[in-house]
Amino acid sequence: MKKYWHVVGIGIQNNLTYRVNYLTRTLFSFIPLFAMLSLWRTIYAGQGGAISGYTMAQMISYYLLVAVVDVLTAVNEDDWQIAADIREGNISQFLLKPVDYLWFRLGLFFSGRIAFMAVALVPLTVFIACFGHYFVLPVNGTACLAFLVSLVLTALLQFFISYAMAMLAFWVLEVSTFIFILFAFEYIASGHMFPLDVLPPMLKHALFFTPFPYQMYFPVSIYMGKIAGADLWQGLFIQAGWVLLAYAFARFMWNRGVRHYGAFGG
Amino acid sequence: MARLEDDMIPPEARSRKPEDGVARPPSLVARYLGIYGALWKTSVTREMSFKGNFILWIVVELLWFAMQLCFIGVLYLHTNSIGTWTQWQVVLLVGASSFIQQTYQAFFLVNCTNLSELVRTGKMDFLLMLPMNTRFLVSLRQVDLGAFVNAAFAAVVMFYAAGRLHLHPTAAQFFGFLALCLVGILIHYSLMFMLAAISFWTVRAQGIVWGYYNLFNIARMPDEAFRGVFKAVFTFVLPVLLVSNVPTRVLADKLQSPILWLVLLGMGVVCALISEWFWRVSVRRYTSAST
Repeated sequence: MKKYWHVVGIGIQNNLTYRVNYLTRTLFSFIPLFAMLSLWRTIYAGQGGAISGYTMAQMISYYLLVAVVDVLTAVNEDDWQIAADIREGNISQFLLKPVDYLWFRLGLFFSGRIAFMAVALVPLTVFIACFGHYFVLPVNGTACLAFLVSLVLTALLQFFISYAMAMLAFWVLEVSTFIFILFAFEYIASGHMFPLDVLPPMLKHALFFTPFPYQMYFPVSIYMGKIAGADLWQGLFIQAGWVLLAYAFARFMWNRGVRHYGAFGG
Repeated sequence: MARLEDDMIPPEARSRKPEDGVARPPSLVARYLGIYGALWKTSVTREMSFKGNFILWIVVELLWFAMQLCFIGVLYLHTNSIGTWTQWQVVLLVGASSFIQQTYQAFFLVNCTNLSELVRTGKMDFLLMLPMNTRFLVSLRQVDLGAFVNAAFAAVVMFYAAGRLHLHPTAAQFFGFLALCLVGILIHYSLMFMLAAISFWTVRAQGIVWGYYNLFNIARMPDEAFRGVFKAVFTFVLPVLLVSNVPTRVLADKLQSPILWLVLLGMGVVCALISEWFWRVSVRRYTSAST
């Protein structure tokens, strides 16, 4: 266990060398975010009243929370790096050493998030402060605690799914197309683009049979108090289930992949 | 612009004997067209050697385009208009935005993103030594054929939206639209090339594509959603809000005054000039990485 903490430590140092990159990334991502907020404001101005149970203030705080959750949990370049490791034969050493590649990558993933958070903290806080009066605190202590638990589960879910996807590199040369296709679905179905409540109820209901809402919509809704009571506990339970399933799938893909692996250049 | 000298003509052009027996160098335009033809040929060969991947990239782009249309569909479940923009006008806008972006992507995008790699590995040396305009070569080395397919899809969506709007554009509107699309492509290219030229300063510039997509993300949003400083910046500094909004307004009879397309045209020229200036300053900073 200790060796993986070591990985986190080294990972943070490595990641912090890209702080300018992270900073520009964060700053550039404010442009579409701000545009989205303006778009909704215009819609609310022409509309008057709530949309699917969201007041304008709630809609804006939804998007701000999405930005926060995204910084904390999104897989950044991990899937690309894993695929490159496989393609270039760097994983050979992990087959020989007593280090598990999945835990090793998870350590790097967390260190990446910590480093990104450290860099994004200031600009994100400034941005949110500009919309200060729309940003709400969690409705109560339970929501706050459940949000934090759900946040960790979201991060794990994101990571295991990306890890499993990157395993495709054992079979195909270019995995980026597959990653982008999955990302497109994640982007719209996870609630990144809009809160899932604005969808027709049937569609929203159907989406909850997929892992996607648990990658973004679920933690944000807990925070905002849209999901509470029995639904909250049930949801957390299902989210944990998806995490375990994604973990098992990631392991399965790795085991199949290693059997297929030819150690090119290794 | 590199002036054409006798010793700058490629060997194959020199050895080719003109029928009338007089050794005459081909005109500048013909020479560059010939070079561009050769670049096309290698691009087609390259793309066709990874057919599966070629098709998958088309699917990826189509999926993202479909997603934007879904988003519009969802928005208009809850409202009848954004500012004065109706649903099918916004679909037309998203279509035009995608059409411009994909056409730009077909010719320029890969080359712009490759620039930082050329600088990092020192391959720029080789390109700088070739007897031709370096910017021409750097900008047009590869052609992304899949993007033409996606541009065609965007055109289909635009035709459909125009049908739903019962638009009957006059010839002037139609050609005006196409001409403004060209200006839009020029703006895309100029801004992106400037972003890419930053790599002469920082070397590690992977965030460029990321920045580009974020920036042009807002090109497909109706301009009336924005006000104040934001609108001013993205109209007069980085004119992405004009790129697809103005052509769409021309096509959809939404143009209140001709000032808008004059502004677009003017910003196009300004962007192109600044980008050329920035390119020249940047190249001067180039210190080869390999030696």
